[in-house]
Amino acid sequence: MLSKIVRTVANQLILFILIFGLYIIAHGHLTPGGGFQGGAVIVSGVVMLLVAFSSKELKKSLRERFLSIMESTGALILIGLALAGIGTVFAYNFLVGTSIFGRIPPTGPNPGDIWTGGVIPLMNLAVGIKVIAGLSAVVLAMALFVNGEEVEE
Amino acid sequence: MRKVVGLILLLVVVAFLVWGVLPPTMHDFGYPPSDMDDYIIENAQEETGSNNVVTSVVFDYRLLDTLGEATILFTAVTGVLLLLRTLKRREESS
Repeated sequence: MLSKIVRTVANQLILFILIFGLYIIAHGHLTPGGGFQGGAVIVSGVVMLLVAFSSKELKKSLRERFLSIMESTGALILIGLALAGIGTVFAYNFLVGTSIFGRIPPTGPNPGDIWTGGVIPLMNLAVGIKVIAGLSAVVLAMALFVNGEEVEE
Repeated sequence: MRKVVGLILLLVVVAFLVWGVLPPTMHDFGYPPSDMDDYIIENAQEETGSNNVVTSVVFDYRLLDTLGEATILFTAVTGVLLLLRTLKRREESS
């Protein structure tokens, strides 16, 4: 555990890192970025917490069982969305033109509309959940192993 | 003897690699021309409704590739957790 100054700053900073990561995930179909990148940003916040606080502290709030369930859920949502368009082909974008994320932007440069993209925003969210859970589990397991502690179930 | 054989093999491999990037065997940049990139750039916004064409390729046109990437991440996480746990248990039992 580091000094009180570092812990306080990390406490304030984690909120902004979470918001920035969620912004990158949610706007994956409009701006550069997406599920993988936004998930990596959020996991960098988790690493900051691991450095500022001890891994023993973080072990209480990040359970490995919960992270496993989260990662499997992300993978299942991704495969489910891909299989939902199997009527045409695998991974068919069946939501374009419907009322859910279905608006079609004009071709060429335009300001962007969050309610476009069909299944792409949902898949970004699924991949984001998957990356957050997976990389957090890896980082946490490594930190606990270095400190000679057991991964909590 | 082994050193001589090794040297000859090394020279053969280096000659093969150099021959591979020399102009007669290497294609020019962008040749043979492909139509797929132009098609995606022109039609991605209309077909997938996504302004970000890179995302529309990753999550729509080439989703199977992304699925493989996700599987790689899953396998890596499983491997790390499995390995670190096993080492811990072996330490305890010994």
